Amino acid sequence: MRGIFPLALLVLIIALLPLLEPWTEVVLTLALAKGFAVLGIIVLLQAGQVSFGHAMFMAASAYCVAFLANRSGVLEISLLLPAALLCSALMGLLVGLFVVRYRYIFFGMLNLAFSMVLYSVLEKFFYITGGSDGMRVPRPLLLGQELERADYERWLFYLTLTLAVLLSWLVWRYLRSPLGQALAALKTNETRLEYLGVSARRVLLIAYIISALLAGLGGTLLALAQGLVTPEYGYWVRSGELVFIAILGGAGHVAGAFIGALVYEVVRLYAAAYAADIWQLILGSFLLLIILFAPQGLVGMAQHWLRRRGSPP
Amino acid sequence: MSALLQASDLHIGFGGVQAAAGVHLDVQNGEHLAIIGPNGAGKTTFINICTGYLKPQRGRVLFEGRDITARPPRAITRLGIARAFQIPQLFSEHSVRDNLLLALAARQGIWQGWRPLQRIENRHEADQLLTLFQLDNVAEQAIRELPEGLRKLIDIAMALALRPRLLLMDEPTSGVASSEKFAVMDTLMNALRTREVTSVFVEHDMEVVTRYADRVAVWNSGVIQAEGPPAQILNDTDVLRDVIGV
Repeated sequence: MRGIFPLALLVLIIALLPLLEPWTEVVLTLALAKGFAVLGIIVLLQAGQVSFGHAMFMAASAYCVAFLANRSGVLEISLLLPAALLCSALMGLLVGLFVVRYRYIFFGMLNLAFSMVLYSVLEKFFYITGGSDGMRVPRPLLLGQELERADYERWLFYLTLTLAVLLSWLVWRYLRSPLGQALAALKTNETRLEYLGVSARRVLLIAYIISALLAGLGGTLLALAQGLVTPEYGYWVRSGELVFIAILGGAGHVAGAFIGALVYEVVRLYAAAYAADIWQLILGSFLLLIILFAPQGLVGMAQHWLRRRGSPP
Repeated sequence: MSALLQASDLHIGFGGVQAAAGVHLDVQNGEHLAIIGPNGAGKTTFINICTGYLKPQRGRVLFEGRDITARPPRAITRLGIARAFQIPQLFSEHSVRDNLLLALAARQGIWQGWRPLQRIENRHEADQLLTLFQLDNVAEQAIRELPEGLRKLIDIAMALALRPRLLLMDEPTSGVASSEKFAVMDTLMNALRTREVTSVFVEHDMEVVTRYADRVAVWNSGVIQAEGPPAQILNDTDVLRDVIGV
């Protein structure tokens, strides 16, 4: 609980920022939305497993929203959001039942393979999915009310921020619970876990479904914020980006997901604006510095600094 | 006494080595059985079969009259058989206390409970185990920072935390300093007797066997060469020649 004050301060700054600088509203919404998917990656990292295909759950839920809005005429956000989450959880269960049998590089690559299958389906089935053009997502209704664009964006931002705080807390509690600790134990000794009478596969499957749900929530919020879904949502580069952000933010703390996503988006935004040709080089160098000098990520670096400041000279 | 564990006609081989060739071995309720034998004789294989790690090519294992042959380790653990390993199997990044708390949470059902591991009701029981094995002063240390001897104790403590009816131990005193082995075994056997846990332990140290086993089985070349009270077995000239090398 020692780090709660700096985190609360950060949340407050993020909440106030769009009021002072309105242009930051959409950027922050997109960064936080991505943060949910990164949080999913962080959950799996507790078990030492890296998924290189988690963007598939972002794509699945985003397309679920697009289909419901366009084909079924469901525009109510209080229906779209749970439906999209259910879709990603179900997909997490189906893919998870298969991938949790594998570990490390095989786990990572199988996730990648599944995501590329989904990407190809979304891109090739033009008449159903709109191909590489994707599908538009009309502005949804909020409890039957149609909001103006500015009001909608503001509402979506605060919804995203509230969910980010709430889910960070829930995931933090989960990781400290016996089930979450069993997930961390799986990383160091699966044999002992089995000899305690615990199914390591089931522990990982639950974590996988939670991570798929988080990625799905991220995809849904992205779709609602951008008003357009394309197969790019599920492309492997997007999955790699999520892992990149998890390492950048720090996999040891739930806040790392959102802090990493915010820093990533800001660096990318400025790098793209001022060095359009070499923004990937700048981002890559940034990550390299983090890995070399702060392997615990930005949150680990902040924790270290706070500890040093708090300890007597 | 009634048979708690019954192994009958066990066969298993690895390439040219026959680790079990028609082994029959019963473990009586409440006894402490030592299995001795030369390296590679098949002693650990027996534990591996009884705990579901290996499937015998022939034969079966009954626990409390129930067939447990080839059932997965977690299912066998839930029935009441726990295991301590020759090389301790622990969660190296967790503290000693958290290892025990995880074992206690696993016993109650890891799926239940939303409370943090450190705050579950079992904390008191974890403290008792820490005191019993004199681990209080290292309770908050991560496993990776501890020497082998202590890890061995924690491995056994974790198995005991499951409140098994049968505990299978593979060389419980290996890695423990020779000056401490009797103290460790005294603690362990007291805990087993207090909790009414039957035990089987594979052991190379004949002093430990003489002192703590109720019965000894000699496992040699995949068969039970002899079995009986320690005083009788450890004075058997064939056993002395084939197993102990005297």
